[in-house]
Amino acid sequence: MTYVKPAFRHPDAPTNELGRTRQDYEGGLSTLCAGCGHDSISAAIIDACFELNIEPHKVAKLSGIGCSSKTPAYFLSGSHSFNSVHGRMPSVATGANLANRDLIYIGISGDGDTASIGLGQFAHVVRRNLNMTYIVENNGCYGLTKGQDSATMDTGSPNKKGDINMYSPIDLARLAIEIGATFVGRSFSGDKQQLIPLIKAAISHRGFALLDVVSPCVTFNNHSESTKSYEYVRGANTGMPVDFVPMRQEITATYDSGATCEVCMHDGSVVRLYKQDNDYDIEDRQSALEATSHYAKEGKILTGLLYIQRDSEELHDVLGTARRPLNSMNEQQLCPGSRFLDSINAGLR
Amino acid sequence: MKATNTNDPEYFHKVVDCQYACPAHTPVPEYIRLIAAGRYTDAYMVNWESNVFPGILGRTCDRPCEPVCRRGRVDEEAVAICRLKRVAADNKDEVAHLLPKAPSEGNGKRVALIGAGPASLTVARDLAPLGYQIDLYDDQPLGGGFMRSQIPIFRLPPEVLDEEVNYILDMGIKQHFQTYVSSLKSILQQGYNAVFVGTGAPRGSDLDIPGREACDSSIHVGIDWLASVAFEHVTSIGKRVLVLGGGNTAMDCCRTARRVGGEDVKVVVRSEFSRMKASPWEIEDAAAEDIPIINNHVPKEFVHEDGVLKGMRFTVVNVVYDAEGRRELVPTGEEVFFEADEVIIAIGQDNSFPWIERDLGIEFGKWDMPVVDKTTFQSSLKTVFFGGDAAFGPENIITAVAHGHQAAISIDLFLNGDRVEKRLAPGTNLVSQKMGVHEWSYDSEVSTDDRYPVPHVSKEKALRDRKVEVELGFDISVAYQEAERCLNCDVQTVFTTNKCIECDACVDICPTDCINFIANDEEPSLRESLRRPARNEEQDLYVSSALPQTRRVMVKDENVCLHCGLCAERCPTGAWDMQRFFYSVTKAGGSCKQSSRSMTS
Repeated sequence: MTYVKPAFRHPDAPTNELGRTRQDYEGGLSTLCAGCGHDSISAAIIDACFELNIEPHKVAKLSGIGCSSKTPAYFLSGSHSFNSVHGRMPSVATGANLANRDLIYIGISGDGDTASIGLGQFAHVVRRNLNMTYIVENNGCYGLTKGQDSATMDTGSPNKKGDINMYSPIDLARLAIEIGATFVGRSFSGDKQQLIPLIKAAISHRGFALLDVVSPCVTFNNHSESTKSYEYVRGANTGMPVDFVPMRQEITATYDSGATCEVCMHDGSVVRLYKQDNDYDIEDRQSALEATSHYAKEGKILTGLLYIQRDSEELHDVLGTARRPLNSMNEQQLCPGSRFLDSINAGLR
Repeated sequence: MKATNTNDPEYFHKVVDCQYACPAHTPVPEYIRLIAAGRYTDAYMVNWESNVFPGILGRTCDRPCEPVCRRGRVDEEAVAICRLKRVAADNKDEVAHLLPKAPSEGNGKRVALIGAGPASLTVARDLAPLGYQIDLYDDQPLGGGFMRSQIPIFRLPPEVLDEEVNYILDMGIKQHFQTYVSSLKSILQQGYNAVFVGTGAPRGSDLDIPGREACDSSIHVGIDWLASVAFEHVTSIGKRVLVLGGGNTAMDCCRTARRVGGEDVKVVVRSEFSRMKASPWEIEDAAAEDIPIINNHVPKEFVHEDGVLKGMRFTVVNVVYDAEGRRELVPTGEEVFFEADEVIIAIGQDNSFPWIERDLGIEFGKWDMPVVDKTTFQSSLKTVFFGGDAAFGPENIITAVAHGHQAAISIDLFLNGDRVEKRLAPGTNLVSQKMGVHEWSYDSEVSTDDRYPVPHVSKEKALRDRKVEVELGFDISVAYQEAERCLNCDVQTVFTTNKCIECDACVDICPTDCINFIANDEEPSLRESLRRPARNEEQDLYVSSALPQTRRVMVKDENVCLHCGLCAERCPTGAWDMQRFFYSVTKAGGSCKQSSRSMTS
């Protein structure tokens, strides 16, 4: 088995505005199963960060436990990283973000880590609108423990052994829209043309951005009856193609035709959507919920940018924290002394 | 684009750039792996089977393989293929018992070979084991042709030459050395069933400028002078020597001159440095022996006093290219005089067939060259075949070997009453290298080492004695490290369309971004729309048929594939596999008689 990726790259590999090559955004060689969708998502994150000209050391990657949560080892090896306790990545992300608001936070989680053990943490990080990108690598099973059904497995979908799942699934995208998320997208690991612009938009979004990415488990959940297999998702995917146009860049379309809708982000960059049907407004929470539920009833998976709320207040705005990251302040500034404490206490009397 | 037909033996052959470029198509990666495995005898035999003179070529080959080595497209320098070949020759065990022998009873057919250079010797090596009686004619006292007379001893020791020439002579070849064939008619009259002409390009070009005749005794033609030194008719030269010419013969002349008394030796070349025909490594070796190379100087006259050479006058020129890229040497008006005691002219060599009567039925064409078929090497007189430099003008040893193999096939077909055009396809084999879930039976790791230089003896020692070999060759540990630089391009990435589930794992892992899943298109637009546009058009695109799930196609740009096997290692369904491709040129006697020695055998 190969443990080290060969050092040579394509001689014409481009550099980005920072003079970096894509290689500068890579990580270690994956030890996930061959063909795992998670590796495609890692590759999409690498492409997105490369194309957004992000300095790797300006990124913090956070994860919980599971196959998905191993993946931060496989991209951005020059970034900060924290592999936390099962389902507790949101708490760590919140703490880190409060201490240093200048970093870009990318959380990687799975359906088990988010929809089962971590559901409570997930709900609260959504409603607090923490400024981060939260990617769920959703394969409908617990791959690390031999493929038991997870909470996102569709009702009636059998596992590899043939046992039918009796419980109803948690749709994380719909849940997030319901409880106040300000950016919700859904995608498929096998469609990088859509996934990469969505990741770029999510990173550029100010506030909490959820990407629920269907990522087939090749070993345990890629059989012909599974609703999370490559073949099924390709057939059921009702893709809403997406382009992401960074600030100050000429708008050139990747897709040829169809009705388009442009959403201007807070920093001036633009998300362009090519909608399949035009009657739904992605800036309206109710409309987004209705559209996703409509497609779900038809056995289809609606992918693309499902909901966005621009100009929301993220956690730092709500708390009124200092613009300067707390970790760059000295003891004197963080702890101004008993005179200030006295005045605070006096204000509470 | 249409799906690639990998059943065409030339498709995967072309991916093995070194083997494809080699005129004899020696399976380079195969023998490099054998060297890495310490199997020097096997590595030698893979070579011998294909190019007949591994020890000689490992020192003297023009290396058409190295400029095209894939490594040179991803790294600074190509693998030192040529010098690894020498490692196999230097470290092999006794091989005589492994070589084919002439059968005790011949087939009754007689073939005459004129000239005992690499082309004729190759014909002998291929035909003698098939039972032909071979008569070999040469005017020199020993076999080897220009490998003996023109390649200086400090580049090719006589023991190495003798050993490999004798392997062939020992196959019961009837030797007629020191026999100058002055008439082809007389040979034909001896009743040979076929005659092969491998007489090389024996006539060195001269330079007809003022003073040439007056100081004839101090002016030498390069290839003749080298032969005189080789056979020790000449043992010294004046202190100040000018060598005219920019090819490998000029490099051999100047370096030889440095060893037989030349102290101030200069090479003077008409054209610019970048257009010199000499191999870069030979130019380097000359420069390392304090020999300046003076470009853009056109010889004007030999300057003498009463027939005693004083030096040469040159016109200095500028090289100018017109709109069509034609070169013109425009005098600058400046003239330069270099002092010299002797001058060696090494400005080219020509064919010369004064000994072939023109009424035998052999058609002669342009430049008084025989008309020879490019595939069969047959002349217009069906019993006479040409090969090596004698066929199409000066080339090199490995080309002569390739010609010899093909001429031998023709002679064998011709003498068995078959059509010479009816040649058998090459032998090919494609074997999976998979050993376990993630294990390959070849060393797939890609070394990042820079090319290892071959050690040389000290300049003082080298210049003191003409017979001291300059290059020392790699020792075994360095040879291993150099061998590990080989990318194993013969271990092919083979794609099975209907196994693919389009999970993108191969696309994501490929270090050089070779693999694409994309809507099919015509080749030019497909090349441009790949993840890394495929602009090296000498390298093919590997295109699958339509994929089961999306009807897209897989397109792999072969150009900078590292053959690291990661695509196949990360493929969950085995749609990608690494398969070792063995390609062997069919030899005289047909493919069924060939042995292919290989890694896994």
